[in-house]
Amino acid sequence: MQPSLFASVQWTVSSLTKHIRDLLESDAELQDVWVEGEISNLSRPASGHIYFTLKDVGASLKCVMWKMTAARLTLRLQDGMAVAVHGKIGVYEVSGQYQLYADQIRPVGEGALYQEFLRLKALLEAEGLFDAERKRPIPELPKRIGIVTSATGAAIRDMLSAIRRRLPIVEVILAPASVQGDDAPLKLIEAIASLNRLKPPPDVILLARGGGSIEDLWAFNDERVVRAVAASEAPIICGVGHETDFTLSDFAADLRAPTPTAAAELATPITVIELKENLSTLDSQLTTTLLDLLRQQNNSLSSLRDGLRFFSPARRIASNRQRLDDLARRADAGQAHRLALETSRLTGLDKRLEALSPLKVLGRGYAVVTRQKDGVLVHKVAQARDGIRVRVSDGEFDAEVVNRKS
Amino acid sequence: MPKSSPSKPVDELTYEAAFAELETIVAALESEQKSLDESMALYERGQALVKRCSELLDQAELKVKQLSGNELADFEEAE
Repeated sequence: MQPSLFASVQWTVSSLTKHIRDLLESDAELQDVWVEGEISNLSRPASGHIYFTLKDVGASLKCVMWKMTAARLTLRLQDGMAVAVHGKIGVYEVSGQYQLYADQIRPVGEGALYQEFLRLKALLEAEGLFDAERKRPIPELPKRIGIVTSATGAAIRDMLSAIRRRLPIVEVILAPASVQGDDAPLKLIEAIASLNRLKPPPDVILLARGGGSIEDLWAFNDERVVRAVAASEAPIICGVGHETDFTLSDFAADLRAPTPTAAAELATPITVIELKENLSTLDSQLTTTLLDLLRQQNNSLSSLRDGLRFFSPARRIASNRQRLDDLARRADAGQAHRLALETSRLTGLDKRLEALSPLKVLGRGYAVVTRQKDGVLVHKVAQARDGIRVRVSDGEFDAEVVNRKS
Repeated sequence: MPKSSPSKPVDELTYEAAFAELETIVAALESEQKSLDESMALYERGQALVKRCSELLDQAELKVKQLSGNELADFEEAE
């Protein structure tokens, strides 16, 4: 069907273009697209906006990224680079072109991502962000552990169960954050910052995520996140993915853990079992110390007591008493000796005396004659006058003197 | 033991505070000349601290809080 030449004109260029624009911009799907292609015709004029064309084998798409967004872009764009671009489709009415107003660009494909990873790593390394001197020690016995990860999922569960098993006296504060997707970097940064704002701040922060593809883990390679990790006041242990996954956050962290569980373990180097051992060591130390002290006191008490005893009057009395006893004993001994001596002398004298005794002589038949009158011994005949008394061995008798001869 | 800070009731001490005080007491008993009364008092305080610490260790239940904005709330763990 041919259009009538005389039909009335319904559109101006502007109104038609505006209509097309309204159509495109009211389509929700076109306002939130991720599109993949290769960059060409890249230009970044003085205005600061970025213009390029995204193309694949069959088509091309004009793209623009405004200065404000472009300033936050960490990826270094190059012609020929494979990228995924996010944004909304709009129409530039002046030139009658639809185009993609880009707000995010990321490299596409493992190779491309890896290239970006290496580029960023070299850049941050050169800045000294990964230097060993920057690493802070992880406290041995944390009171507060901050965790930045998704509030749902295996990572938080694994970490909590490791901490509960090892050090249940600790307090855990979770700052939930998305760990993948477009909003992940900003959420991670905000979570780290909010933990650092706590009073008191955590003694250590665990930044963690379970395993995933390189794209899934990409937020942990985001330059802004890596810088936030390096800048955190509290030391950070990074446990992202599995053993073999390395992210730039791992390099910037104070300690890298192969997994979230390992991060939780590294944050609790001392477990409750060791705490109990330490406690019982201190307990026995306490008792030993006191016992030593008491023993010491007791020792000095007894040496004082000995000293006191040495100088005490009781001791002098005892010692005097002993001397007295000694003296007495010696006196006794002397006495006995002398007594024995005297006794034997006496016996000797007695014997001698006995031997000399006239009575003994009398026993042999001799007699002692005395005068009755005055008891004078009669030695000579002349003395024998009047009555005499004759003493013999068993008695005496009186006699008359007759017939004196001399 | 610094005399300046009057000692808190043992039941109000955190594990860390109780343990730190216990260490100080043992060190003080080991190295400083104290009267017997003071030593006995330190020892008794030490014993109470040991008891407090082991109770805290035995009864500890992990406290998990969630930060939303700048507010702390209890964290409900998913089973």
